[in-house]
Amino acid sequence: MDAIRVEGLGRRFGEVVALDELSLRVAPGEIFGLVGPDGAGKTTTMRLLTGILNPTGGDAWVDGLHIVREADALKDRIGYMAQRFGLYPDLTVQENMDFYGDLYGVPRKGRESEMERLLAFSNLTPFRRRRAGNLSGGMKQKLGLACALIHTPKVLFLDEPTNGVDPVSRRDFWRILYQLQKEGVTIFVSTAYLDEAERCNRVALLHKGKLLALDTVEGVKGLLKGTLLELRSDRPREAARLLREARVGSVALFGDRVHILVAEGEAGQASIEATLKGSGMEVLGLKVIEPDLEDVFTSAIPREDA
Amino acid sequence: MKFHHEDTKNTKEPRRKAFLSFAFLRVLVSWWWNSPFLNRFRAIARKEFIHVLRDPRALGVSIALPLVLLLIFGYALTLDVDRVPLVVWDQSVTPQSRELEARFQHSRYFSLVRQARGYGEVEEALDRREAMLALVIPQDFGRRVGADRNTQVQVLADGSDANSATLAMGYAEAIVRTYSQEILVARVRRQTGREPVPALELRPRAWFNTEMESKRYIVPGLIAVIMMLITALLTSLTVAREWETGTMEQLISTPIRGPELILGKLVPYFVVGMVDMLLSVLAGRFLFDVPLIGSLWLLFGVSAIYLVGALALGVLISSLAKSQLLASQLAFTMTFLPAFLLSGFMFEISNMPRALQLVTYLVPARYFVAFLRGLYLKGAGLAIFWPECLLLTLFAMAMLALAVLTFKKRLA
Repeated sequence: MDAIRVEGLGRRFGEVVALDELSLRVAPGEIFGLVGPDGAGKTTTMRLLTGILNPTGGDAWVDGLHIVREADALKDRIGYMAQRFGLYPDLTVQENMDFYGDLYGVPRKGRESEMERLLAFSNLTPFRRRRAGNLSGGMKQKLGLACALIHTPKVLFLDEPTNGVDPVSRRDFWRILYQLQKEGVTIFVSTAYLDEAERCNRVALLHKGKLLALDTVEGVKGLLKGTLLELRSDRPREAARLLREARVGSVALFGDRVHILVAEGEAGQASIEATLKGSGMEVLGLKVIEPDLEDVFTSAIPREDA
Repeated sequence: MKFHHEDTKNTKEPRRKAFLSFAFLRVLVSWWWNSPFLNRFRAIARKEFIHVLRDPRALGVSIALPLVLLLIFGYALTLDVDRVPLVVWDQSVTPQSRELEARFQHSRYFSLVRQARGYGEVEEALDRREAMLALVIPQDFGRRVGADRNTQVQVLADGSDANSATLAMGYAEAIVRTYSQEILVARVRRQTGREPVPALELRPRAWFNTEMESKRYIVPGLIAVIMMLITALLTSLTVAREWETGTMEQLISTPIRGPELILGKLVPYFVVGMVDMLLSVLAGRFLFDVPLIGSLWLLFGVSAIYLVGALALGVLISSLAKSQLLASQLAFTMTFLPAFLLSGFMFEISNMPRALQLVTYLVPARYFVAFLRGLYLKGAGLAIFWPECLLLTLFAMAMLALAVLTFKKRLA
């Protein structure tokens, strides 16, 4: 049985279509990434699948339970961490965890050891008596995760969990997620960070409520047909403009580098060099590179939208 | 032998039954006590208690506000009219006119603020609201009284505050009538040598509030009005706050059910409300010196029901408004204004237009005001006020049901 099965799920708010006929399946024990820019419909999908928002079309089942008809039973089996910090700042770390433990009906006997374990692996043990409002951003997220895990859910939904968190805490956070995966928890995580998406087993690329791609990270990268070249130049903006005008391939600017997707490597390289030299520009470096998700995204999303 | 046999059977059987039913009850109680419903209800209540206790400023306000309101309104809203400022223009300046003046001055209802020397000054004193009443004694007053002739004195009142003016004129009339009667009695005695017997004599006596102090009437009603406002305000923020700060999204992703959440949220505020009630009753007794004639238990029992209704109304407003500002404003207008104006606290319901009278049936404070006044002043209990208590119970149940039913475990 799939951990998550989504069929033609949609949600509109008046005229606005937040999510348009999404269909996907997530296997048990998978880390599944929902990737897309702001406004792609990630949060809407999360809210639909956790049974706190009703869809306007389609169906979905989480751990075999329908998200509308069996929403109450569903909530016993899932953990959800909303994008906005949802814990009580005036309650301590311990009190927040106890509160969620009580709500999920975790027996008080035996809860202590589970709590110790969660605190230890989120490095929160020294902060048990600190009020949640006085924690740093990274610690708040880890506390949110610990609260969402207090009842050992089968499926964990994390909505942009590392948004605004420093890189070290982000690495810690993912270490915890891998640990959970080993324990058999299915993780459905949304992110706008593409490097983070690459940590997932499979990803769904979402843009303006529509599914653009659904595959493993490697598979999604394979969607990029052709060869990706990276150009180093002292005037990257001008170079990108020139290459666009010359229509040598699909051009994207990444800081001081220009990525050009061409149909064929050798020929592309030659025409790029010719174009730039023809305008009197120097080529500091030009080489074939491995595409990452960002390249996929920039080529998949129409330019006027990106 | 036969009797003996029957005897043992008869005593053992009920005992066994009692034991069984007791065991059954224990199982039932322990099941109920450990049910998910109660566990989650307790979790919410515990969490809300922490919120209340960790916000000392809000707690301080919710304890102090009823007392402050009670003091402000209790002292300001005296309907007693005494020490009415009086201006006198005595044109006669005779022993007779001085006697009349003295009678005004020595009654507790008037205090002389000015001796005028002409209509201009009388008018000015009334215009400036220095005086509410003017006594004008004509030049020939002393002479006419001395000559046993019909004499007139003029009383002018500032009628802009019609109620007080009416009362003040009534007092003035009584003083003048008494003086006139005494003159008459003296005259008859002088002429006939006999004590005249009055035909009719009124012996007034006010029940329940023998000194006719309005505070005894106002304070109980005021408690009812203030408690309505405070309790609805207390809970009006709780649900809206969770929507506003985003904690509600996390909360509704758990197995929590509407009734557990709503009822759990009421518990700590119920405790705060009862403390407020206790403080108000103590303030009424010791600061305003208003005695309670009826039963204290009944007072707190019915107050508890009234509080539950008002608290649930606050939660209802809160979960509909979803914003703290809107919720608190709604709670204020929906409770304070009707309770203040339409409960019979300020204005007698029977004097209102018919349509407005019908509206007052929907104002729960109306029943509590009536009940508290009856209990405080007359010691009247359930035997008389059971319909009010029944309606308050219905109000509480309806508000609870509405608060629970309107709470949706869904976004948007």
